[in-house]
Amino acid sequence: MAAIALSASRRSFVMRYPSVVIFIGVLALFTLGVTILAEGFGIGVISTSFVKTLGKTLCLCLVALAMDLVWGYCGILSLGHMAFFGIGGYAIGMWLMYARTEIIVRESLAAAPLPPTPQEISDGIAGQIFGVVGASEFPPIWAFAHSLPLQLAAVVLVPGLIALVFGWLAFRSRVTGVYLSILTQAMTLALSLYLFQNDSGLRGNNGLSGLQNLPGLSDVPQSTISILFFWASALALGLGYVICAWMVSGKFGSVIRAIRDDEARVRFLGYSVEAYKLFIFTFTAVIAGIAGALYYPQAGIINPAEIAPIASIYLAVWVAIGGRGRLYGAVIGAAFVSLLSTWFTGGQAPDINLGFYTVQWVDWWTILLGLSFVAVTLFAPRGIGGLFDLISERRHPDRNGASLGPDPGALREKEADQ
Amino acid sequence: MSTLLEVSGVSVSFDGFKAINNLTFQINDAEMRAVIGPNGAGKTTFMDIITGKTRPDSGSVLWGEKSVSLLSMSESRIAQEGIGRKFQRPTVFEDQSVADNLMLALKKERGPLSVLGFRPSTTDGEKVVDLAEQIGLATALHRKSGELSHGQKQWLEIGMLLAQEPRLLLVDEPAAGMTPAEREHTTELLVEAAKTRAVVVVEHDMEFVRRLGCKVTVLHEGSVLAEGSLDHVTSDEKVIEVYLGR
Ligand SMILES: Nc1ncnc2c1ncn2[C@@H]1O[C@H](COP(=O)(O)OP(=O)(O)OP(=O)(O)O)[C@@H](O)[C@H]1O
Ligand SMILES: [Mg+2]
Repeated sequence: MAAIALSASRRSFVMRYPSVVIFIGVLALFTLGVTILAEGFGIGVISTSFVKTLGKTLCLCLVALAMDLVWGYCGILSLGHMAFFGIGGYAIGMWLMYARTEIIVRESLAAAPLPPTPQEISDGIAGQIFGVVGASEFPPIWAFAHSLPLQLAAVVLVPGLIALVFGWLAFRSRVTGVYLSILTQAMTLALSLYLFQNDSGLRGNNGLSGLQNLPGLSDVPQSTISILFFWASALALGLGYVICAWMVSGKFGSVIRAIRDDEARVRFLGYSVEAYKLFIFTFTAVIAGIAGALYYPQAGIINPAEIAPIASIYLAVWVAIGGRGRLYGAVIGAAFVSLLSTWFTGGQAPDINLGFYTVQWVDWWTILLGLSFVAVTLFAPRGIGGLFDLISERRHPDRNGASLGPDPGALREKEADQ
Repeated sequence: MSTLLEVSGVSVSFDGFKAINNLTFQINDAEMRAVIGPNGAGKTTFMDIITGKTRPDSGSVLWGEKSVSLLSMSESRIAQEGIGRKFQRPTVFEDQSVADNLMLALKKERGPLSVLGFRPSTTDGEKVVDLAEQIGLATALHRKSGELSHGQKQWLEIGMLLAQEPRLLLVDEPAAGMTPAEREHTTELLVEAAKTRAVVVVEHDMEFVRRLGCKVTVLHEGSVLAEGSLDHVTSDEKVIEVYLGR
């Protein structure tokens, strides 16, 4: 008997979390396949814009992973994680825009008889960037925009700090459930409304644009850049998956799932529930920021509409449809729904002519998505990921080492699952 | 023997209703105490106060040799001080295995960062197996605790309590829903635990209390009605009137 328990407690991480190996394998094959088929280094069967779509999808999968950790595992239904995603995008976008504009300004001033002063250059950049909002000076928020390392640090630190302060206030006062969700929505709404203002210092509703052009790499074709970003996104997703799986596979995962199921009980075991929630909330905000920083250079543009509350709600919908509480479920949900959404809203889906009415998917897709969400919530709470359970249960019913016959008075695993 | 926990003059009211009224209670190290009383006497609320779930309106709760006040501590801090609790309704983490539940309760660092780096050692594994054997769940280690029978869940919760190695165990109706044989085993577990630590057991069943063979405190309408041996309190007229005579 002791032997069984010991082998279980000593089982390695991969054994406890076999989906990691499969996931990394599939991701590697996918990356290889896209690389071969794309233009950058391969045979050019798929277009650069499609490579970008796939790269962006990987970033969405990464933020879905974060959402699954905070919601599916820890039970905090945050409706604000796309705000952290957007902040990451803004942080990297500021440097991209600054550095590229600086090159343009320097080139245009190089023709002048006198070498330009730093002030002239700075004014030139500011004029270019803020002309659209009628300003010509750098707002304080751009103080570090000239420095790539500092803006990269901001990708991690700004979402992390906001989440830390917000989470500390909310969790300390024991705000939970629906109230916490509403609070995160309010935070997201406030942030996007602020960014919509022209004097926010981030170009109001114009947002930041031209982010696909990397400063100093204007000779490198987009087909190559798109593949580089695709690789970076795949790497980030792979690493994110391994880290998240490692976190949830051990005792830490056991604690956060316990918090999800009965947080009061966890307190009486001596765990500070607030500290765990704060940790998870902040950590996932940082992941979201990184995902956003990889996403927006591929999208090329970021504006406050991207941070709107609805974006965070979609994120929750993806995770729910994919199957929360399992990491691959979140990834599948994000990839499946966001690609489908691109297809439907991109006008590629054929309209359905019913004679008296034509179903145009651009309009009807949101409704279809909403209905699917309701259907999944009601009828298949395990989501798409639940399909894998069907397969594995049929193959070899897993009783986790329990005897095959039912113990007296006890439910069997199958029954308990229902 | 020194006083481990000293509750004095504690009152708490819910919307004007006095659930606990000027309650005073003491327990020593390695002492077993049974708390009895009719429904609504305030037994569970009394445990809520000690464990920090409910804050009293007045009075003091002092703990340990240094007589630190528990009133300003959070629930998790109080648990870390060495007070473990078993709830009236068994509350185990149903989605997780028996082993995981026990591992969760095992006395270890509780902070997020140390838990993140924690990997169970051989001794930890052995401790879990030992506990599972004590509570009769050795063959169920890897089953989801949601699959267990009611009595088994009660035991698992007692096992989790023991795993915390607390100095004081608060046990709310441990034998509810158990068969006579299961009750007997539960008695043994509690008596064994009380050899090294203080145990407070709330129970309705007089037979069960008798087998514990310890001092009894009778609660009624939020205060102590009588205290002493079971025979002493059961012959007390006030007790007979409010509780046993019904
Ligand atoms: N949170 C609360 N809000 C309002 N009233 C409460 C609350 N908790 C307990 N009470 C009331 O306080 C009284 C004491 O309740 P308590 O649960 O402590 O009784 P008990 O002795 O444990 O009873 P039982 O034997 O039924 O478990 C009851 O009348 C109960 O309704
Ligand atoms: Mg009670």
